[in-house]
This record gives sequence, C-alpha cells and structure tokens, in this order.
Amino acid sequence: MFLLGLAGLLTRRNLIFTLMCVEVMLNASGLAFVAAGSRWGQVDGQVMFLFIVAMAAAEVSVGLAMVLQFHREHPTLDSDAGDEMRG
Amino acid sequence: MLNLLWLAPALPLTSAVLLAIFGSRWPRKLVSLAGVGSIGLAAVASMLVAWSFLTAPPPGNAFVLPLWTWMAAGSFRPEFGLYLDPVSLLMLLVVTFVGFLIHLYSTEYMRGDEGYARFFAYMNLFVASMLLLVLGSNLLVLYMGWEGVGLCSYLLIGFWYRDAANVRAANKAFLVTRIGDTAFAIGLFLLFTQLGTLDIQQLMQRAQSQWPAGSTLAIAAAALLLGGAVGKSAQLPLQTWLPDAMAGPTPTSALIHAATMVTAGVYLIARTHVLFTLAPEVQLVVAVIGAATLLMAACSALVQRDIKRVLAYSTISQIGYMFLALGLGAWSAAMFHFMTHAFFKALLFLAAGAVIQSLHHEQDMFRMGGLRRELPVAFWSFVIGGSALAGLPLLTAGFFSKDLILWQSWAGLNGSIWFWLCGMLGALLTSLYTYRLVFLVFYGTAKSHVSERPGLAIKLPLAVLCVLSIFAGYLDTPPHFGGVPRLSNFLNSTLPALEEVHVGPVITEVTTALTASLVFLAGFSLAYLLYYRRRVEQPAESALARFWAAGWGFDTLYSWIFVRPFVWLAEVNRRDIVDSLYTALASLTQASNGLLQRTETGHVRWYASGLAIGSAVFLGLVWWMR
Repeated sequence: MFLLGLAGLLTRRNLIFTLMCVEVMLNASGLAFVAAGSRWGQVDGQVMFLFIVAMAAAEVSVGLAMVLQFHREHPTLDSDAGDEMRG
Repeated sequence: MLNLLWLAPALPLTSAVLLAIFGSRWPRKLVSLAGVGSIGLAAVASMLVAWSFLTAPPPGNAFVLPLWTWMAAGSFRPEFGLYLDPVSLLMLLVVTFVGFLIHLYSTEYMRGDEGYARFFAYMNLFVASMLLLVLGSNLLVLYMGWEGVGLCSYLLIGFWYRDAANVRAANKAFLVTRIGDTAFAIGLFLLFTQLGTLDIQQLMQRAQSQWPAGSTLAIAAAALLLGGAVGKSAQLPLQTWLPDAMAGPTPTSALIHAATMVTAGVYLIARTHVLFTLAPEVQLVVAVIGAATLLMAACSALVQRDIKRVLAYSTISQIGYMFLALGLGAWSAAMFHFMTHAFFKALLFLAAGAVIQSLHHEQDMFRMGGLRRELPVAFWSFVIGGSALAGLPLLTAGFFSKDLILWQSWAGLNGSIWFWLCGMLGALLTSLYTYRLVFLVFYGTAKSHVSERPGLAIKLPLAVLCVLSIFAGYLDTPPHFGGVPRLSNFLNSTLPALEEVHVGPVITEVTTALTASLVFLAGFSLAYLLYYRRRVEQPAESALARFWAAGWGFDTLYSWIFVRPFVWLAEVNRRDIVDSLYTALASLTQASNGLLQRTETGHVRWYASGLAIGSAVFLGLVWWMR
C-alpha cells in the first residue's frame, strides 16, 4: 500500500492526486504501526496512529490551501508548471 | 659659528614643507619670499660657516656636527650628523650660492606659471636634499639626500605634467638613475656587512686598514659605488636620461641638471676616494668612462638643433672631464672643475632660458639668429659662459680648471698620452660646438621676433655668474701664470695631493697650456668659418650627423636590448601564470555549480523520487551492513 502511494506520487502530475497519494502513504505507515503494535502487544503503535491521523488532518488542510493558491497562480493543477524556482 | 651648519639644510626644508602645504593659498609675493629667502638665508649661513672654518680651522680640518641617532637596531646605529671638511664646504658654498641665484632668476622666469608655489616647493626640497647629500657624515644620510635629489629631479622634469612627453622624460630619468641607485644601495650593504659601519670617515679608515690594495672586496665596493655615480652623473652607459631631462623648466635644468645634482657622482667618488685608491682597476675604469663620455657627448653636442640639448650634452661631456680627473687620481682637479663648471654652466643655462623666454619658448637654434643687439645681456652671458666652457686662455675660469685636468691626464699618477689626447680632442670639440651655438643664435639675420626682454631678476644672477665664471679660475692657477694653487692646497687637507710623475723636457705645464690654447683657437676658428662666414642655415643631414644627434644610438640600443624584450615578456605574461591557478580553482567551482544546478528542476516529483531513492539506498545500506 505504501509503494502504491509512492508510485502514484511519482507518476501523477495532478496535485490533488499527489495529495491523495500522500494520504495513502500516511495510512500505509499508520497501518504498519498498528500491525506492529498488535504483533508485539504494545500500545505505542495505536498511540502513534492517532498522532499520524492528527498530523494528516493538518497536512491535508495546509496542502489543500496550497493547492488552491497554486491554482490561482497557474490556471492548472499540473505540479510541473510550478518550476519557476528551478536552478 | 660652525654650529650654524644645520641651518643650511633645515631652512630650505622648512620652506619646502610650508610651501607644499600653504603655497597654493599664499600670495605670490609671499611664495617668492619664502622660496628665495630660505635659500638666501641658507647661503648666508653657509658663508658664515665658511668664514669661521677658514679663519679658525677646526682640529683635523674637519668638523662633525652630530645631531641624533637615526635608528638603533643591534649593531646598526647610523648617526644622523653633518660633516664639514674642505670638500663638502666647497660643495656647500656652490650649492647654496648658485642655488640662490637660480631661485632669484626663477621668480621672474616662472612668473606667469600656475604651479608657481609648487615649483618653489620642489626647488627648495631639492636644495635641502642636495645639502644633506653633501653634508651627511654617514653614507646613509648621503643616500637619503641622493634619493631626495633624484625625486626632486623627477618632479621637476615632469613639472609641466600635462604634456605626455615631459612625463615620459621624467620617468626615463627616474628609471635610468634608479639602476645606478640600486648599485649604490648594494654597495652600501656590502660596506656595512664587511666593515660594520656606514660613517664615512670610520669607513675609510677601516677600509684602509682591513682591505689590501686590489682586494676583491675593495674592487666590488668601488665598482658598485661607481655604478651609482655613473647613473646620477649621466656617464656612459647610463647617460641617456640627461638630454631628455631638458623637458623641465630651464631654471631646473640650470640647477639640477647642470650645476649641482649631476655632479653628485663626482662628489661621491671624491668622498670615498680611499676605496678607489684601493681598487686601481676600478679607478682606471672611471678614467676610461670619463674619457669616452666626454668625447661621445661632445660629438653629440655638435649636431643638436635644440639649444638646451647642446648644453645638456656639453654637461655630460664636462662631467666626463671630472670623471677623467677622478680616475687619474687628480681629486682636487675634479672638484675645481666642478666649481667652475657649476658657475659657467648655470650661467649658460640661465642665459639660454632668457633667450627661450624672449622668443616664445622657441628652442631650435636654426630658427634663432641676430639676437646680439636684441638681447645684449644674454649675448654677453653666452660669450662669457661659452668662453669659460671652451676654455678661453688666461681670461676665464674654465681654462684653468680644464688645464689642470689636461695636465694631470698626462703628468699625473695614472696619466698617459692617450687620456691627454682624448682631453685635447674633447677641448677642440667643446670649443667648436660652443661657438657654433653662439654664432647660430646671436649672429646672422634675425628670424624670430623678440617679444619680451629679461628683467632685473634675470639680469642680476646672470651678471653675478658672469663675474664668477671669469674670476673663479684665479683661485687655483698654475705656477707658470704667477698663481698659487690655493684651492688645491685647501682641498688637499682631505684629498690626496696632486702628483706630477711623467714630467719631461717636452711634457711640461706650459706645453699643455699652449696646446690647450691652440686647440681652443682651432675650435673657435672652425666655428667661425663654418657658422659665421658660410652661415649654415640647415643642420647637417649626413648619416653620421643623425647618428650623433641621436646620442650615438644608445636609446635605440637600449630599446632593443631592454625595453622590447620586457614589453614582449609582459605581453606574453599578460594572463599571469600564477593567476591561472586561481582562475582554475574558480572555474572548477563554477563547473560543479552548473552540474548541481541541473538537479534543481523545480519539479516536485523529481524531488520526491530523489527522496525515495535516497531513503531506499539508505535502507539498503542498513540492511547490507547488518
């Protein structure tokens, strides 16, 4: 599931899809934490997942705001269009 | 009274500093007063000193005025002191007195110049440096004065700096004399390391006691000092700067490039004569240089068009006589000729300045003529100064001093008939070019309009110098003319006495004097025939004349040997070899910057993949290292 998200992140150029892929990757890592917690009988895995969920919410809100701003600057959602600062 | 000695260099120095700082704001009257007055007071001070020196000679016929220790670094403790003996007294009097007359002259000559205060500041600084050179008890003080006069010479040659040619002439003078100065400086190092002092008197004593005659060290030291003297006194092979130095204002040429500074080399050799006596080979070289220079410069003077260049070459030639005398061991004869030469050459230059000024800065002799009635003062000055230069028998100062040198060139310790012949030939040429100048400028038809006549400040110095050019010779007359060698006797308390070795039935003082008179007459009549009777209107145009006029092609030669290879090297090395190391470093940085710049694509996905690959590699490493 993590690799699926990563592949999507690398191949899709639409920013919305990029964000969704990041969500997928976050969930994959959360799932891995929970699985690892139940495997070794530790509660830390579930605590970590709660953190990840909170962080994902914050990330999505900031990310969507940036996407909106990006769309206002460029009339597209293509992430490669934002290469003004290339070297 | 002798303690007043320090005033002589201090007064002009103070005035130079004041003029340099406030001169541009002071009114002209005040500038003239400071500029001329300081030299006048210095002259008065030196006369008082001379009077007390002559009436009550100090013990050992030398007076030392220690002022302070210049610096103290281990065993190197040069004293800053003044030293007065007959030789430096003679120089002191000539420098201050002739300097005063020339300053007085300058007040009128430079009247309309915008750099009036600057001019007097330089001139005063020059006199101060020259007096330090002359009076320094220590070779280091002498060297300081030596460099000071070099600096002032440079500043004054390039005085009218808006003309690039003047600036080039100044640079040339500075660079060429610098070659000699470097040799002199190395000579000082050698003397100090070997003898452990730079005090001139101690140095001479130690040299005499520690170095056997003809030892390598003595020869090296004497040769290095000779290098310095040759550069300053414009002798072969460093004579090329003096004719170009005429770019400066005429009073400068009179003071620096005729009467005083260029004779500093003569003074240096006379001052350190012990070293030269210890190195007979070098002394012979001095004589040969003098003889060669006097002939070469006299030939060049013969074909010049520019009135000042004739005088410049004649100065080189006359200093050649002094070197000849020094090389022959006739030390006091050289100093005697120095004195008379200072008077009559200053007179000639100042008179030439009067002519040039009244003709709107015309310097070409072939465009002058018939000025005898228009400028009687300049005419008589030229006749008297020229006759002294050419050695008009019995009447003028130049005859006696030159006659002494000619006599010594044969009869003296190292004399030979060849030096005598060179001297006689030189005397013939001198007489020829001098009267060529007089006939061209003052006789014939007038070609230029005289715009202004010299005023009192020009006439007075000319008159005084005329009198001196005639009567200074009676200070030291040969026995056959009823005289007593007063000056020689006076100088001989410091310098070795003149010796007469080669005296035979034919070789006598009288025959030399008679030959010199005949030679003078021959030169005069030749000039009369060529330039008065047959009135040559154009300069000679043969290849030889061109060769001579260009100073025997020395400038071209040096240009080929030194200047061009240097310029070539500079062009080759324009992109500095050492620099390329640093440019390589810079371009390496730039290249790697470009390489890294490529990775900054601005595409988020590239960065993300970079992160992913990086972490994959890192995890792989951790896995592999496990």
